[in-house]
Amino acid sequence: MRKPLIVRILSALDSRAWIALAAFLGVALVAVPVLHLAVPEDSALHVSTYAITLIGKIMCYALVAVAMDLIWGYGGILSLGHGLFFALGGYAFGMYLMRQIGRDGSYGADLPDFMVFLDWKALPWFWTGSEHFGWMVFLVLAVPAAVAFVFGYFAFRSRIKGVYFSIITQALTYAAMLFFFRNETGFGGNNGFTDFKRILGYGITTPEMRLVLFCLTALTLAATLVFAAWLVKSKFGRVLAAIRDAESRVMFIGYNPLWYKLTLWTISAVLCGVAGALYVPQVGIINPSEMSPGNSIEIAIWVAVGGRGTLIGPVIGAFVVNLAKSWFTVSFPEYWLFFLGLLFIVVTLLLPQGLVGLWKKLMKKEGVAA
Amino acid sequence: MNAALIATDLDNRPEGSDGADQLGHFVTGELDLSHGVALYLEDITVSFDGFRALNSLNLTIDAGELRCIIGPNGAGKTTMMDVITGKTRPDAGKAFFGQTIDLTRLTEPEIAHAGIGRKFQKPTVFEQHTVFENLELAMKTDKRVWQSLMAWLSGDDRDRIADTLKLIRLDGEAGRPAGLLSHGQKQWLEIGMLLMQEPKLLLLDEPVAGMTDDETMRTAELLVSLAGKHSLVVVEHDMAFVEKLGGKVTVLHEGAVLAEGALASVQNDPRVIEVYLGR
Ligand SMILES: Nc1ncnc2c1ncn2[C@@H]1O[C@H](COP(=O)(O)OP(=O)(O)OP(=O)(O)O)[C@@H](O)[C@H]1O
Ligand SMILES: [Mg+2]
Repeated sequence: MRKPLIVRILSALDSRAWIALAAFLGVALVAVPVLHLAVPEDSALHVSTYAITLIGKIMCYALVAVAMDLIWGYGGILSLGHGLFFALGGYAFGMYLMRQIGRDGSYGADLPDFMVFLDWKALPWFWTGSEHFGWMVFLVLAVPAAVAFVFGYFAFRSRIKGVYFSIITQALTYAAMLFFFRNETGFGGNNGFTDFKRILGYGITTPEMRLVLFCLTALTLAATLVFAAWLVKSKFGRVLAAIRDAESRVMFIGYNPLWYKLTLWTISAVLCGVAGALYVPQVGIINPSEMSPGNSIEIAIWVAVGGRGTLIGPVIGAFVVNLAKSWFTVSFPEYWLFFLGLLFIVVTLLLPQGLVGLWKKLMKKEGVAA
Repeated sequence: MNAALIATDLDNRPEGSDGADQLGHFVTGELDLSHGVALYLEDITVSFDGFRALNSLNLTIDAGELRCIIGPNGAGKTTMMDVITGKTRPDAGKAFFGQTIDLTRLTEPEIAHAGIGRKFQKPTVFEQHTVFENLELAMKTDKRVWQSLMAWLSGDDRDRIADTLKLIRLDGEAGRPAGLLSHGQKQWLEIGMLLMQEPKLLLLDEPVAGMTDDETMRTAELLVSLAGKHSLVVVEHDMAFVEKLGGKVTVLHEGAVLAEGALASVQNDPRVIEVYLGR
């Protein structure tokens, strides 16, 4: 019996995973909003604006980590340029947010401030339509997809693999960063976009808007996890794992690895773009440093720490590393990079399966002992 | 290429599959065995840094034939299979599958789809996948991305996999990761994957290496039973196995054909004896 697609997608998760997902959504969509809006600020149960912004931001990172795990953990392709796709999605939505400022900028002009500063008289052609929410949401998806598709097509067609591929992706994001740094490029140079005021006419810093963005991010993350679970459990996922393990064998049974890799790669880039678009209004700024090579390496570290090749691993990794980061950067800002490097070495040497692998090992031991 | 988009064998499709699914797959030309030739290699030369692994090799395999290729190590047997399956491009020469399909112009997946299946010298199965999944991945079907995303095993598909599992005597291991199988079992699994592809031409590179005598004889019986409907090219060092297969034998030496004929006559050929003894 051929089950409908939606049933197959929903049955990709087992009951335990569904319970966990439901619990997560219950907290994110019900508990957090109630505790933020209805509980007075001096109460211990109050969820602060700071916490909402921080967790919202980390959920965006978790989304990127899941996207990274799809291509790295399941596809065996280590990208060190995923920060680029995140930034592209962020910039696309940031353009819309810049236009929503309207005449409330410091120059009171129709053009975004940085354009006035550059003495530009009109919007460059690629800003056409940037005032339309729908069009910019489309670009959030389409720009990372197009860049990933074109780059991936040539890289995979030339059968560039392993460390060479990783290095080229680093170069790609670095080149993009330099390009965006230039004022003449038309994306605000090294300051990027900031001072956002509204989305769809509603104030961007109101508690309600913050909660809307927070809940939207939580929903997107949950939906992505379900989608990714279906993807890796489909025959498509099995073919990709086979390509990862023995690519030439896959070709001789009639699959063309190019299109499989390219599809996964493009899906992964689009998910990063979505994460970037959710991130920018919550954090209130996007600038070229998001494309710095270090940022993309950090994404790989989240996945390695959590455990690649599992879907929950990257989410855990993104949360653990970023919560540690926000603590460090307050308490010992100068030591954060040392800690990050150390963490990476420890995980690579001692925990090849990441925290999820450690957990599984512990559970097994306990099972044996009992 | 578009002009030549032709579905291979419209009449040979498993029942119940969706006809439209299969149209427009990437195959150039239709397999034409009408002249009785399955594989035609003419003056194939392959050099690696000046060393000629294949040196004007000529070989013709008839439709339905079971051909054994023997020859000392380094004779070029594996390289010949690499040329046929698109892994290695010849520096010179022609390679045709049937009358119409020019193998030197197709990619590996295209050649596989045209109907050539291959078992490698070193057994290569997908070690992380289960035995069942290995067969599922090999199964003849539309192998484009979208079709894989939407793929769903029908009852017929499951039956076919179950039949193959029985045939290769791995029905008890269906759920085990293929990496845990013994060497001989991996060989069998790879043969099973080959069968699932339903190729017209099967290339088997040392299929019985690492098998027990009993397994070797069963493999021979299986391959003999396939001949006629399929064309087979078998590379093997095991002479008892070659004898059991009973087909025509080609001796390769230094990248070219040294002798060809029945096993007994080839074995008595003084040049062949010299090549084997002179080493
Ligand atoms: N990729 C390559 N680069 C360089 N030399 C190669 C390559 N592949 C094969 N050769 C050489 O070509 C020759 C033929 O190799 P091939 O593997 O085809 O021999 P074979 O007949 O299959 O031998 P065996 O019985 O050992 O499997 C050998 O001398 C080998 O070293
Ligand atoms: Mg060989």
